[in-house]
Amino acid sequence: MTLLVYTANRVSDGVVVFLAEDDGWLEIPRPSGVIRGADMEMRMKAVAEAAEEAAIVVSPYPIEVTDEGGEIRPVSLRERIRAYGPSIHPEFAKQWPIADKGY
Amino acid sequence: MPLLKDGKRVADPWVHVADEVAVPATGAVIVGLKRWRHERASLLKRGDPVGVRLKSMHTASDVADDLDHLGVVALALPVFTDGRAYTNARRLRERHGYRGEIRAIGNVLPDQYLFMLRCGFDAFEVRAGDTEKDWDKAVQAISVFYQPAADGRESALSLRHRTPGA
Amino acid sequence: MYQYDELDQRLVDERVEQFRDQVARRLAGEITEDEFKPLRLMNGLYLQLHAYMLRIGIPYGMLSSVQLRKLAQITRKYDRGYGHFTTRQCLQLNWPKLSETPDILAELAEVQMHAIQTSGNSFRNVTADQYAGAATDEIEDSRIWAEIIRQWSTLHPEFSFLPRKFKIAVTGSPHDRAAVRFHDIGIVIHKAPDGEVGFEILVGGGLGRTPMIGQTIRAFLPKKHLLSYLEALLRIYNLMGRRDNKYKARIKILVFELGIEELQTLVEDEWNRNKDGPLALPQAEIDRITRQFSAPPWQTPASAPNQPVGAVHAFENPAFEDWERVNVAEHKQPGYAIVNLSLKALDRVPGDLTAAEMDAVADLADRFSFGEIRASHEQNLVFAHVRQDDLLPLWRSLGVLGLSTPNLNMISDIICCPGLDYCALASARSIPVAQRISMRFQDIKRQHNIGELRLKISGCVNACGHHHAGHIGILGVDRQGEEFYQITLGGNAGENASIGKIIGPAFASADVVDAVEAIVATYLAIREVGETFLEAYRRVGAAPFKQRLYPEPNHAVA
Ligand code: SF4
Repeated sequence: MTLLVYTANRVSDGVVVFLAEDDGWLEIPRPSGVIRGADMEMRMKAVAEAAEEAAIVVSPYPIEVTDEGGEIRPVSLRERIRAYGPSIHPEFAKQWPIADKGY
Repeated sequence: MPLLKDGKRVADPWVHVADEVAVPATGAVIVGLKRWRHERASLLKRGDPVGVRLKSMHTASDVADDLDHLGVVALALPVFTDGRAYTNARRLRERHGYRGEIRAIGNVLPDQYLFMLRCGFDAFEVRAGDTEKDWDKAVQAISVFYQPAADGRESALSLRHRTPGA
Repeated sequence: MYQYDELDQRLVDERVEQFRDQVARRLAGEITEDEFKPLRLMNGLYLQLHAYMLRIGIPYGMLSSVQLRKLAQITRKYDRGYGHFTTRQCLQLNWPKLSETPDILAELAEVQMHAIQTSGNSFRNVTADQYAGAATDEIEDSRIWAEIIRQWSTLHPEFSFLPRKFKIAVTGSPHDRAAVRFHDIGIVIHKAPDGEVGFEILVGGGLGRTPMIGQTIRAFLPKKHLLSYLEALLRIYNLMGRRDNKYKARIKILVFELGIEELQTLVEDEWNRNKDGPLALPQAEIDRITRQFSAPPWQTPASAPNQPVGAVHAFENPAFEDWERVNVAEHKQPGYAIVNLSLKALDRVPGDLTAAEMDAVADLADRFSFGEIRASHEQNLVFAHVRQDDLLPLWRSLGVLGLSTPNLNMISDIICCPGLDYCALASARSIPVAQRISMRFQDIKRQHNIGELRLKISGCVNACGHHHAGHIGILGVDRQGEEFYQITLGGNAGENASIGKIIGPAFASADVVDAVEAIVATYLAIREVGETFLEAYRRVGAAPFKQRLYPEPNHAVA
């Protein structure tokens, strides 16, 4: 089954954020943001659209992820770079040492 | 559409007549270019003022020979990023010497008022919520102009090289 | 260099406040992203993969040390302590907050800088020769004309919503260092047989999806008509340029569809009506701008002894000699030299400079080059006026900063766009490819043996890395989520401009450096004495390179 998480850029500073079920927009994708079932999908979509309307985030969209024991990893290279930071600046990495996991 | 003229919301004496609607017997009307071309004689016979609406792909030369008869030339901006109307307005003013009203219609936004004013527009069909205050803010935002244009505002070039006493 | 007068300053200050208001409306949710986007783009503010990106204009690449220090301070205070020099001689900040961009712009305005029209469908930063005012072959200083164009094209009321972006470059030398043939309008300063100086106007060049070389629309234009002619040309483009398809909206497509003669007729007709109007340049204005680009107070040849480049201190130090041969160019003033600062050392991101380096470069510019710095479209920096007897101490100081790699125009002097590490439009990464190629060719002796070889990398078809104009061009493509790289050969940006030709199927990321290596090996095997890569390629064509890169499959088995 394809796992999806909503992502966007925050309006105030442009930073990449991911929607989590109870915590709103976080800089790191959380298991609670992974969409499970049609109900949740509609709910998250509505939350995302409302956040766009309220000028909290820009152009939210769902991305495909994998859940590796609670570690949520985007599937596409573009989304991995968005999630972790530029591959040439490991010192900016938001989550884990890129050297360990690569892109 | 509310009309802004000289920075004031004014009652619009003109009525837009859509292409498929009959022209009313009296009153000032703005019609499409095609109708103007086909019904020119009867439109002039009415005795009331006539204006023409140009789409953005039309050019000033499409009405150049008729300008003496036209009280308004309305230039459409289907989207505000379609910049052809700016050139058409300048050509109407500067090449053809048109002194009647040049009206902006379509996607007319405050952030563009000043550019339009400079190109010779003097009437603006604006969005319902756009106020005289928006107008004032927009046209006062910038007071230095590098380019001579159709509005007579003095360019930086001319300010810098004014002959003293001239 | 050009100093703002009260009018220039007021315009920039007012523009900052106008943008501050637009940002406030966005942050308050009064306008949507769709409404805000064109407004922010008119002020050089993008939204990229990780954050906003602010592109600061550096008109014709000229910076004072004061400005460079301000840029350093801005990157420290509002960003992550570095900036990226682009192929339009601009500086990009990769991490500004939207809420702070008005403050950044206000600080820039304090040092006579701005980000007006560094994006959007209007005139972009006007570029010029980075050796202007110093080159030996210069007819006239291109910066004078680039500044005149900068002013005319700033907030132009008629041309702020062109069909597409519009790039203008000027060269005052016949040897074109500004890639003018790949611009919407390229301007070449000429001297007529009677001694009058004027312009050749080229139109319709460009890179992107449909690379084209500019064609001459006017062989000679008298100086005072420059702006009236440009206005006529832009007017025809504004009316006739395609607006139905963004990929066909650049003026190069109009030139292609109409033909240069037809366009010329239309422009001449428009121009003849207006040429003696208010845009005709008064001599007083030309003089006013020219004065601001007058030569710095060079010392007399007696106090700055003229020694042919290559002869100074060479005996002392072969590394210095390498640097001087490769990175230092001849200056028109006896006793002086032009020094290129390479931003392409092994471990660098091409075109990036940290805040500390900016400060250090500003200090060196004060000491060695009259406090001025230029950015080149090749993403390097230039000290235009260095005394020849200062070359050795300057070289030592640059060495400490890691800015003295003697690789100008060599294979590791790579033009490289930000690619998928930053850019929202990218198909693949480009910086890591540049770094891997630099690593592979790190032996500087080997680079010097290979000689001039301009390698340019773009992360997508938009071609910001000028790959079409590279002797070797590399274009990142996305193959079902995998990074692949298409290679073109034979492009060139100078006065003998050419567009590179695709050599064959794209290479996987892991194979692309080997492919470059194979191309270089082929060149070394076929070159004749003294022949550069480009000359060799032009002589033999693609065949030997193809053979080496794509050996015939063995059909015997089948
Ligand atoms: S070439 Fe493509 S990837 Fe590179 S900076 Fe331009 S748009 Fe981005």
